[in-house]
Amino acid sequence: MERDGHQEGEGQGVIIRNPPLEINPPADTLATSLSLLGNHMFPDQVARDDRATADTQEPGELPPSEVPAQEQHLDAEPVSNQENQLETEETDNAECQNNESTETANGGTKDDAADNDQNDSGEFVVTMLAKAKLEEQGIGVKGRSSPLLEAGTQESPALMSHRDEDVTADSWRQHRKHIFVLSEAGKPIYSRYGSEEALSSTMGVMMALVSFVQSGDNIIRSVYSEKHTVVFLQKGPLVLVCVSSSRQSEEQLRGELLYVYYQIISMLTQASISRIFEHKKNYDLRRLLAGSEKILDGLLNLVDSDPSFLLAAIHCLPLASSLRDSLSQILQKAITTNLVFSILIAKNQLLTIVQEKTVIEDTRLEPADVHLLLNLIGASSAFQAGEIWTPICLPLFNPDCYFYAYISYLDPPECTVCLLLLSTDKEAFYAVADCKRKIEEAMCAQNSLSLIAKAQSYSVSQVGVSDLRHFMYKPFDVPDNYRQLTQFTSPEMEAPYSSEEEKMRLLDLYRYMHSRIHSSSRPLKLIYHVAERETLLAWVTSKFELYTCFSPLVTKACAITAITKLLRWIKKEEDRLFIRYPPKYSTTPNPSKSSRGGKSDQQDSTDNGFLSLL
Amino acid sequence: MALRELKVCLLGDTGVGKSSIVWRFVEDSFDPNINPTIGASFMTKTVQYQNELHKFLIWDTAGQERFRALAPMYYRGSAAAIIVYDITKEESFQTLKNWVKELRQHGPPNIVVAIAGNKCDLSDAREVPEKDAKDYADSIHAIFVETSAKNAININEVFIEISKRIPLAEASGGTSGKGFKLGRQASESRRTCC
Repeated sequence: MERDGHQEGEGQGVIIRNPPLEINPPADTLATSLSLLGNHMFPDQVARDDRATADTQEPGELPPSEVPAQEQHLDAEPVSNQENQLETEETDNAECQNNESTETANGGTKDDAADNDQNDSGEFVVTMLAKAKLEEQGIGVKGRSSPLLEAGTQESPALMSHRDEDVTADSWRQHRKHIFVLSEAGKPIYSRYGSEEALSSTMGVMMALVSFVQSGDNIIRSVYSEKHTVVFLQKGPLVLVCVSSSRQSEEQLRGELLYVYYQIISMLTQASISRIFEHKKNYDLRRLLAGSEKILDGLLNLVDSDPSFLLAAIHCLPLASSLRDSLSQILQKAITTNLVFSILIAKNQLLTIVQEKTVIEDTRLEPADVHLLLNLIGASSAFQAGEIWTPICLPLFNPDCYFYAYISYLDPPECTVCLLLLSTDKEAFYAVADCKRKIEEAMCAQNSLSLIAKAQSYSVSQVGVSDLRHFMYKPFDVPDNYRQLTQFTSPEMEAPYSSEEEKMRLLDLYRYMHSRIHSSSRPLKLIYHVAERETLLAWVTSKFELYTCFSPLVTKACAITAITKLLRWIKKEEDRLFIRYPPKYSTTPNPSKSSRGGKSDQQDSTDNGFLSLL
Repeated sequence: MALRELKVCLLGDTGVGKSSIVWRFVEDSFDPNINPTIGASFMTKTVQYQNELHKFLIWDTAGQERFRALAPMYYRGSAAAIIVYDITKEESFQTLKNWVKELRQHGPPNIVVAIAGNKCDLSDAREVPEKDAKDYADSIHAIFVETSAKNAININEVFIEISKRIPLAEASGGTSGKGFKLGRQASESRRTCC
């Protein structure tokens, strides 16, 4: 980036939470603190930027979809809502234009920043990143040395390319979404693109921003520039940063960072991460994550391409309820002491899940934990050989303890149907492996595998509504005493959304609708959005959350009728589309032993922990 | 024919080719883009040795540091351990020495140790001289072979050597069937951590 590019740093807002004061740091202080890190060309304009506002949101962010929408019970017919709830938008109005003047002050600033397109402002973060990189050129961009690579075995170029990417190249800067993870000491832990070594001074600059704001008893939340949104998330000793040119909301991006954090926790546990950094502030966490980059890469690809993460709900494979029930029964019968969850997965989607009664009474299995498990299995082919036994933490269930996961595919060498058994006992491998054999035998007797192989996602044409192209439906009206997993259903993306670009474009539209519905400053219940090439309608009630995509020529009345039909169809098909009542079993002779947060478990995780590495 | 179950675990630095060796032995195939093992992978293969059938119960452990502390769980009760290093990586040979030390201290007393210098097809990039490794193996009375999972060199031989060295008494005793139900040896495993 050119040096003068940042001379008019007007357009960006720095959103900081708590306390609700304007920050006007003296320009020299900020500049000085940054030049200490070798960034002497810092655009001091930013320091003078008095658009910086304070966002007084409470700490402890929720994933986007958990932001409570102000519910008023909309049980009436869709048509009656139309009058007071519909909000028609013009084509190309993807800029979060505020149609109403009820914006709160901070919301207004945020949107201004995002909207200020004509103001070709400094993009200072991008500039900073570019500068840091220039300095690194001296250091060189030696890629991470993979033992496999140096040994001469070739990885396919697609697999290695983004690790070895030249971080000074334009192509690096043009990635849609960068994710960085660093330690409080500014040590790089993970970068989605490019090697962490080559990015160490970039990450140093990021840490400088975080600590500078921190020194004023503040927390930096986000930075907006013309084309990029930079979102910060600090969790314990880790700092996560997202630099995104996708037009997602800050809340959505923060939710994604939270997923990255959880995936790291799922490998190491929160307790051992804090312990490590308590002992040694500048510990290089990459030592422990070595070989696991693929899992984080896979997560980020999934987050971009799978709406499950946006909706914080599970997508299960549609299956005749009789078949699903028989599979559940098979799992229910193959149990052993301290088994907690039995999960059957096909084509990376959930088939069924059976849960331990007492454990699930204590705490619910969160969709995010299931997403992490699905990602782990999908991201590595390591599970396709033999039977795997590995510790894994479910961060929302209990961030400090490990479960022991037995993972095995039931249909090698195709490897589409995967069994996942979670136990609290690390010595239970042989007992759990026995369960698998029972499950395998029962499934063989019932010919389940070939029935599962026939199961597939459905086409939107089955709904029988002509203008409807795609939808996502997430019901809330399930009896809670069943400890139901939050689920959603969605058909295949078909033409015109068959190419990757078009799929992404539709998802982006959904993300936009989602951010409007769940806007923290002005949540909406119904949006009718006329876009360039399609028309979308999103609707949230106390019973469901629905996103629909229609052909562009649909009329409002048509769309409403279509949705009524769609809801009727889903009601009719719900036994097939959802896991209705997740079955339970009882495997804990001593309930306290396996319940969450048990002291004994914690002790256990210390045994397996990483004290030894210090 | 008598069936003996032999529990074998593979140890060694990350990326040296433990999984590739097991994969070659069990499936007789090789995947250059194999993913790092997560936790540990359990596989079995039965081979005939003289007038007995030997069923190898193989624990292929992950070399990554974060799984290091779990190793005792897998080598406890093992009849044999194959410690693998990469002949093109001096560092992996140092790691191997640490594994030997750990096994000597905390492993089963009669465990058969085999040292495999993998990737011997890449002798151009060799960093560990065969003689050094051989001398070291002799000094600890370990089996020594240089292997190549890629070219299927000496893979079966390692397991045959292990079959040879397993004392007969073991067959009726500890390692068969339910014998390796892992007992809780908390104090011992804790010691290995520190």
